[in-house]
Amino acid sequence: MTDWVIRAEGLARNFGEVQAVKSLDLAVPRASIYGFLGPNGSGKTTAIRILTGLLSPSAGSVTVLGHRLPADAERLRLKIGYMTQRFSLYDDLTVLENLGFVASIYGLRGRTRRRRIDELLDTYRLHKVATRLAGGMSGGQRQRLSLAAATLHHPELLFLDEPTSAVDPENRREFWEQLFDLCDQGTTILVSTHYMDEAERCHRLAILESGTKRVDGTPEELMRNMGVQVVEIAAANPRRLKESLLSVEGIFSAAQLGSRLRVLVDDAIDDPVAYLRQQSMVATYDALELVRPSLEDVFVTSTAKRRAA
Amino acid sequence: MKALSRIGAIFAKELRQLRRDRMTFGMVVMIPLIQLLLFGFAINTNVRHIPAGVVDQSGSALGRVLAQTAQATGVVSFTEHFSDVGEAQAAIAAARVRAVLIVPPDVSQRLARHPSLGFGRPAATDQEVARPVAQWLVDGSDTIVASAVRGLRNMPLLELLDKPPNRSTPTFEVTLLYNPEQRSAVNIVPGLVATILTMTMIMFTSAAIVREREHGNMEMLITTPVRPIELMLGKIIPYVFVGAVQVSIILALGHLVFGVPVNGSRWQLAAATLLFICASLTLGLVISTIARSQLQSMQMTIFVLLPSILLSGFMFPYDAMPLAAQYIAEVLPATHFMRLVRGVVLRDVEILHMSGDLLWLALFTVGGLIVASLRFKKRLD
Repeated sequence: MTDWVIRAEGLARNFGEVQAVKSLDLAVPRASIYGFLGPNGSGKTTAIRILTGLLSPSAGSVTVLGHRLPADAERLRLKIGYMTQRFSLYDDLTVLENLGFVASIYGLRGRTRRRRIDELLDTYRLHKVATRLAGGMSGGQRQRLSLAAATLHHPELLFLDEPTSAVDPENRREFWEQLFDLCDQGTTILVSTHYMDEAERCHRLAILESGTKRVDGTPEELMRNMGVQVVEIAAANPRRLKESLLSVEGIFSAAQLGSRLRVLVDDAIDDPVAYLRQQSMVATYDALELVRPSLEDVFVTSTAKRRAA
Repeated sequence: MKALSRIGAIFAKELRQLRRDRMTFGMVVMIPLIQLLLFGFAINTNVRHIPAGVVDQSGSALGRVLAQTAQATGVVSFTEHFSDVGEAQAAIAAARVRAVLIVPPDVSQRLARHPSLGFGRPAATDQEVARPVAQWLVDGSDTIVASAVRGLRNMPLLELLDKPPNRSTPTFEVTLLYNPEQRSAVNIVPGLVATILTMTMIMFTSAAIVREREHGNMEMLITTPVRPIELMLGKIIPYVFVGAVQVSIILALGHLVFGVPVNGSRWQLAAATLLFICASLTLGLVISTIARSQLQSMQMTIFVLLPSILLSGFMFPYDAMPLAAQYIAEVLPATHFMRLVRGVVLRDVEILHMSGDLLWLALFTVGGLIVASLRFKKRLD
């Protein structure tokens, strides 16, 4: 039996007329990295805020680490860490002071406190900047500091809201290494992102769009079950070809990648390459190739399908 | 125990931030320093040397002597001479002078008939024809200026004729306690303690919670186990010390520069001040939980600050205000502290004899803390 860390059913949250989250069902297993993938405004932050007990849901039920929300939010707070989208530590305090502050808030004292802070400075390579003001540090350093502060009290469950949005690719790789380390130590991580490559690293994934969960599963499952095949066409005029292809039945979408066109074709069509060949707008000299689907294709299909329906 | 360490953590953090914020840190010292020197010298309710003019229709030596005698009182000082009343009125309207002395052509007859001169017993008929010797035209819109000039109404005239002044027996004898020299600074300096504390205490704390919200720190803080009351206490305690420093500056300077004595017990003064600081800080916290931005918190601070200055008895006597205004003033902590600080500093009063004021400040603090803690939700909705 799977040990669920987060269970949510029919979760919804309205802000006045706006429905930020609509009937969201979630099940997050322990010691895994669970991703929320979605564009800006898809309800990722709102969902995370409900799960951390910062917002009360308008409808639905949530249990996080065995605590029912929002009633039991206060006891949950000792067990979770939350790294906000915006840097939320103090710009006018140094790295050490920031960590010291958070440590005292969680009731760490004396030697335990010093040892824990030292450990974090090591893990997140903050020793060199320990006495620098947080406000004057680079995006990567601030992000590492935020993660250090969020994990200071050894939370069982860690929420990361778009943690890498202000960070270069190199730091992003390293950041994910650290997340996998945490995960190995038994921490469950829920991370929201709008980067496909980041989403692909998650153990499980939910694709959110306008407050609704479109699909969820492991990235491989999602790619396998997305119900479309991907054909790449090296075309002379991909721009014009794209326009005309979109009106053809069985074609979900076409996206240009330089001089190539990535076309998503319905699974029901047996031989998508042949099917496309038959289309009048595809020139005889265009090269067609069936390729492995990517997460972006999953994203596009799962959001486009629903819109068409 | 944990609660204490969390309060301590917030307290230490606030102190660090305050120390790094040079501007605010400077204001802690500069506000009381500058304002005390400025207002201590500037605010003066004894009106002296009001600019005035003369219209001498008599053109006589007596007219000139009359004007000089008036000037010798120190209340007015003549800066202009006008040939007719119309011109003088125009000068008052243009605010070149605030008052004009009009000496009529028959000033000498009027003087001769004036009863106070005492050329023998005035005949019954003389009593009827006796008239004031001259006239003042005053810009009456400013009541303080007007009443100063009105004070000249019974100016003794005997000096005019080189006679010793009439030693009449006054109806009442008035003994002025606590400020026999009638120096304004004696009343102003303790009052400044109340107004400056109101201003800085409310201002600093009203921005406290809002700033955390604006900078995005609040989202981090509310996911921690910190309780609202701990956050509130941790935030206001540093400013208690700030307030204490400010009070010391004001009273020490007030003593050195303006010679205002601290007659009462220092411990009682400290106790009353501490209560008032706490009351002001919690008022700031309540504002902080209502305001959505630092600008809003500043607006609300001004909204409280103005009545605290104008209604608290700092500028205008509390007893002169209509009943409704007195009720409003009673709500403000500044009014109660104004009484306490003047009482202790000037009149060496036992603060326990003013327990009503102490009680209100204490209730205000507790009530404010409760309201602020209740209003502060560890939620974003």
